[in-house]
Amino acid sequence: MSERLAGRTGPSTQRRRGRSDAKWFASDRGLVSPMAMRQRSSKVIYWSVWSLLVLATLATMIPLYWLFTGALKTPLEITQVPPAWWPQSPTFENYLNAWTQLDFVKYFGNTVAVAVGTVVTRVVVSVLAAYALSKLMPRGTRLVLALLLSTLMVPYIVYFIPQYLTVARLPLLDISLLNTWWAVWLPGAVSAFSIFVLKLFFDQIPDELTDAARVDGANTWQTLWRVLLPLCRAPLAIVVIFTVIDSWKDFLWPYLVLPSEDLQPVSVALYQISGASTSAPLNLQIAAMAIASIPMIVLFLVFQRQIVRGVAFTGIKG
Amino acid sequence: MTRGPARGGAIAEIATPLASRRGQIYRVSRNLVGYLYLAPALVLFGLFAWYPILRGIVLAFQRADLISTPQWNGLANFTYVVQDPVFFKAWGNTFALTGLVLLIGFVLPIVLAVAINEMKHGQWYFRLAFYIPAMLPPIVIALLWKWIYDPSQGLANAMLGLLGLGPQPWLQSPDQAMISIVLILVWGGTGFTMLIFLASLQDISAEQYEAAELDGANLFQRLRYITLPNIRVITLVLLILAIIGAMQTFVEPFAISNNGGPNNATVTVVLLMYRYAFEFNNVGAASALGLILFAVLTALSAGYLWLTKRLSRV
Repeated sequence: MSERLAGRTGPSTQRRRGRSDAKWFASDRGLVSPMAMRQRSSKVIYWSVWSLLVLATLATMIPLYWLFTGALKTPLEITQVPPAWWPQSPTFENYLNAWTQLDFVKYFGNTVAVAVGTVVTRVVVSVLAAYALSKLMPRGTRLVLALLLSTLMVPYIVYFIPQYLTVARLPLLDISLLNTWWAVWLPGAVSAFSIFVLKLFFDQIPDELTDAARVDGANTWQTLWRVLLPLCRAPLAIVVIFTVIDSWKDFLWPYLVLPSEDLQPVSVALYQISGASTSAPLNLQIAAMAIASIPMIVLFLVFQRQIVRGVAFTGIKG
Repeated sequence: MTRGPARGGAIAEIATPLASRRGQIYRVSRNLVGYLYLAPALVLFGLFAWYPILRGIVLAFQRADLISTPQWNGLANFTYVVQDPVFFKAWGNTFALTGLVLLIGFVLPIVLAVAINEMKHGQWYFRLAFYIPAMLPPIVIALLWKWIYDPSQGLANAMLGLLGLGPQPWLQSPDQAMISIVLILVWGGTGFTMLIFLASLQDISAEQYEAAELDGANLFQRLRYITLPNIRVITLVLLILAIIGAMQTFVEPFAISNNGGPNNATVTVVLLMYRYAFEFNNVGAASALGLILFAVLTALSAGYLWLTKRLSRV
């Protein structure tokens, strides 16, 4: 598990996509033995299962095809009954129009601001906490850890309303964060999962290393910054990537705390332009949806390994 | 692990008595420094997690709205919520939706993962193709499917037409709206579960299969006695996660079936909570419903844990 989290570092295992099918995990055979695969009947079964799987991927690929080709259709074509299977004269104008007329430049920028800010607050808070819980271990560490992890037991949806009230009027300070980025950034920093991932990783770094740094006169900050952090690029990457994905996907929270259109991210804007009263032309809506999806798909293509590792880790953590 | 200074303090403790005073100072300062590093997390968790969680419990017993100061009103919120005719509708819908999601969507990723794990050609494509929906923002998935389900311009009826079947009303009919939403949830959720199963399958060592083959186990016996027991724990974990997740469905009925329509056919518990708080300005009722939901989810998880422990002992 830890090895998976850390990523294999040997150059031999850093195979890239394309060269065979890089398996990222230990075993190099599955249920079917390589011996049996040489038989003719096994080959027939293998390729039938393979074909069935290809057919099954149509279930996900066709709606995606529909999304991206829909974004190329003219207004007339997109409302045509029955629908056109492919755009007759594909036009990229929709993308441009969604970008400019529907103001998606602005919304896109807002999403980026939400994501970047949340990454910064979450990473800073989680790294500091994980370091304290793993290496400094002040009195009461176990209690703090239990309290942090207890938030994973309470489904978010159960407390989003009082959380909204808190953001609308911070206790003691009596100020409202509504319609500010902080309304997203600060609650977004709260992630017991990130702290947990980083703490587990810090736990695996031998104490001799931090002790040696201390003997050499490094203070705690230098130990964290110069000794520990350079060693944990892999778990940091996982935390960062998953934070970006989370904030890109988030809808309900920004919808509630950013009522001003000038601050709303793409997910909220998409909902607004789909409304019956405020509806934008359908082909532009579809183009806007495609625009909102492309960064996530690219992110997956680029960081597939980290995402797979992170997802697998979520499963193990349970 | 003992309480108090443990690992970092080891050096200080082993050292001679002369150094023990220094060790003490070090220990005190380490506690201080430790909490300095913990401070941002403690403040933010306090403000945005612990406090709201407790406040949610308190609000359930108060007359409260989004603006004025709350007043105690005992169990009035609970009686109000239970007497709302939509209450049982919402719970019925939520349980139906959860059941259907599990029925349609839970075995599917296991089958896919087991099959994909055997594939030596284009495995990356399968992984990609099935996982991509999990990357899309839920609001995009919801709106995309709203368009696909459109009775006249939609892809769904066009596909049915190809198969020679008549058009369906999908989201617009109270009878089909729920199953339509379930299909969206399965479409969006399968990839994530599949990927976890795939990772867990690839952790099974080749030796286990080889040993089973030496003992003469055929393919189905290997599947039954090697593969499935190896993914048993993760299956149990994912099952309860899937239940808890489906019980909290909100975005789809909110965004695409017109806030729980038609005719409240897709109102879920969380959607009802949202309505109480942000449409009826009744935070007390929303919190009461939230507390009931929390109690139900906790009871479900506890019961599930008890059941799996009991069954695994037999």
